[in-house]
Amino acid sequence: MIVAKRKPFDEIKQLLKGYKKVLNIGCGTCVAVCLTGGEKEVSVLNMEIDMARKLEDNPIQIDGFTIERQCDREYLEALDNRVNDYQALLSMACGAGIQFLAERYPHIPVLPAVDTTFIGVNQAVGWYEERCRSCSSCVLGLTGGICPVTMCAKGLYNGPCGGTNKGMCEIDSSQPCAWFMIYERLKEQGRLDCILEITPPVDWLNQIPRTLVQPGYKKPE
Amino acid sequence: MRLDYPANVKIIRVPCTGKVDVLHLMRAIQRGADGVYVVGCLEGSCHYKEGNLRARERVMHVQQLLQEIGLEGDRVRMYNLSSGEGPTFAAYAREMTEHIKALGPNPLKKWATA
Repeated sequence: MIVAKRKPFDEIKQLLKGYKKVLNIGCGTCVAVCLTGGEKEVSVLNMEIDMARKLEDNPIQIDGFTIERQCDREYLEALDNRVNDYQALLSMACGAGIQFLAERYPHIPVLPAVDTTFIGVNQAVGWYEERCRSCSSCVLGLTGGICPVTMCAKGLYNGPCGGTNKGMCEIDSSQPCAWFMIYERLKEQGRLDCILEITPPVDWLNQIPRTLVQPGYKKPE
Repeated sequence: MRLDYPANVKIIRVPCTGKVDVLHLMRAIQRGADGVYVVGCLEGSCHYKEGNLRARERVMHVQQLLQEIGLEGDRVRMYNLSSGEGPTFAAYAREMTEHIKALGPNPLKKWATA
């Protein structure tokens, strides 16, 4: 899932400065699961904003509405009849959702309440860890299911580097060396030959937004 | 026991303090309560294993949220006692009341609607 972290309250307050009527829009998918931007988090943030502005004798009307997904037109449609009553929209969705919201209502300022952080896994309630950098060139089949881009500090597709130190990384002695873990796992699976395959580097530079149209879903002309 | 405790304390019963949410505590302050305290079982004695420990985390979270918005975080507190400790319950009620009196009224009270 996409994991996000709520922005510091002062930053959100600053973004809302000057607005008197705002709709805070939550997203019921990834950011709800990581306890950052779902219906409940919308309520808590709204209460904070409401109280902070009252304490400044500058009240704001801040309402909340959570849709299933902000990255999907089908669900954004539910907002069409609501947003025009507001001076600004605050979004608790990931960066994709926030942009899709802003694209749909270009005449209204759309402000982010969260920082999108990573694609990760749920280790325990409220505890998430990054696992994927969305590099578009997955090598997990060769690396024993351990992502060298995410788990290696240098993001090496071919490793380890000279900084591997008794199974740990040179940049942080508490961080296991990804390529050591990959070696150990491949050895256990009897697939050490995989580590000899050289993976060409990914061209990270000059990327334009990536697009995917699934086979069989191309719009008829 | 017929113990006296301050009349300003309004008790809201929950099955376990683990049921108490950040939203409940925040809403009370938003609506003008001068203070809120959660009284849970002794740590290590939760019938649901860790309900009171979760409540403690939430109380600490609400304290941070209140400080962020410019209110005293200490308007929200957590106390622990066993169900057999009536006198301690009354003592905590007095302690919290005195503490809140020292802090003064909730400045949001004037905005609270009936």
